[in-house]
Amino acid sequence: MGEAIVITSGKGGVGKTTTTANLGAALANMGHRVVLVDADIGLRNLDVVMGLENRIVYDLVDVVEGFAKLKPALIKDKRFDNLFLLPAAQTRDKNAVSPEQMRQLVSDLKQEFDWVIIDCPAGIEQGFRNAVAGADRAVVVATPEVSSVRDADRIVGLLEAQEVPKPLLLVNRLRPAMVKRGEMMDIDDIIEILAIELLGVVPEDEGIVMSSNRGEPAVLSDRSKAGDAYKNIARRLAGEAVPVLAVAEDGLFTRLRRLMGWSG
Amino acid sequence: MSQKGRGGGFLDLITRVLGRDEGSRGTAKERLKLVLIHDRASLSPELLEALRADMMKVITAYMDIDSEGFKVEFERSEDTVALVANIPIVAVKRHA
Repeated sequence: MGEAIVITSGKGGVGKTTTTANLGAALANMGHRVVLVDADIGLRNLDVVMGLENRIVYDLVDVVEGFAKLKPALIKDKRFDNLFLLPAAQTRDKNAVSPEQMRQLVSDLKQEFDWVIIDCPAGIEQGFRNAVAGADRAVVVATPEVSSVRDADRIVGLLEAQEVPKPLLLVNRLRPAMVKRGEMMDIDDIIEILAIELLGVVPEDEGIVMSSNRGEPAVLSDRSKAGDAYKNIARRLAGEAVPVLAVAEDGLFTRLRRLMGWSG
Repeated sequence: MSQKGRGGGFLDLITRVLGRDEGSRGTAKERLKLVLIHDRASLSPELLEALRADMMKVITAYMDIDSEGFKVEFERSEDTVALVANIPIVAVKRHA
């Protein structure tokens, strides 16, 4: 039986869908059987980020309403045989699904897959309650900005109320150079404020825009800083003791060291 | 004048190097801490009501108070969040 993880944040645009796509691809690359569930009904996005938008026949609401069986609704990834996507409905709204139906759906998926990764919509309404309903654990994505951290704090409280305790923190889009200048909160600041366990840190990376332009998760690229960070996070999620990547400024010296194979 | 200017610049440089909270990072952290105290507190009206009931129980042992006018709320100012209770006293019991 697999494990269901919901990727949340409260605030929109902090990287939930990117995180879902990259953790899914990284876990699949490690040989795990993975299904990604787009729970953002009405605002379907995970399909384009994964580059699978042209293959959709059925969606999550079709399955929940019994219009389609679960297996034919799952879209197989182009790159991995063990990675699947259950897309959100685009022409329906969040009220088309109930938390009870989501719980059943996720429970069915856990029979077939090692990992069920649920992309939660922004906000704290019905869509959030649906997305977290079947989850065993939650990842809270936050960027080092006051608005994002404040919303993350609210989500941590709501997750506890929804009985998804002990969420894990993913700090996204950290800019080491700004932290160094004292113009951006550091990881320690955010952990101190939210008081939850750190899962990992992903540095700001232009490559993320490029990879979503192409519909290719960044973990598939060999030279993506964010992709490397997501690979480490996936290994940590799977229980490996990988140290949290020191997101040092990528100066000439660091690059030289990396070239010479001294550090990852 | 120029001496002072240079000295200031040098001092500025030192504080910049040594003082970590010189930039907007420290401001962000302090503002967040404060706003979260308020967010977390204002999240639970039930808790505030329970607190009000408990306080009333304690205080009525010492004096008669106007339970209708008894208010407990969070008050925010520039850099603090305070719990403010307004308790109208009707009569104080005579002690031996």
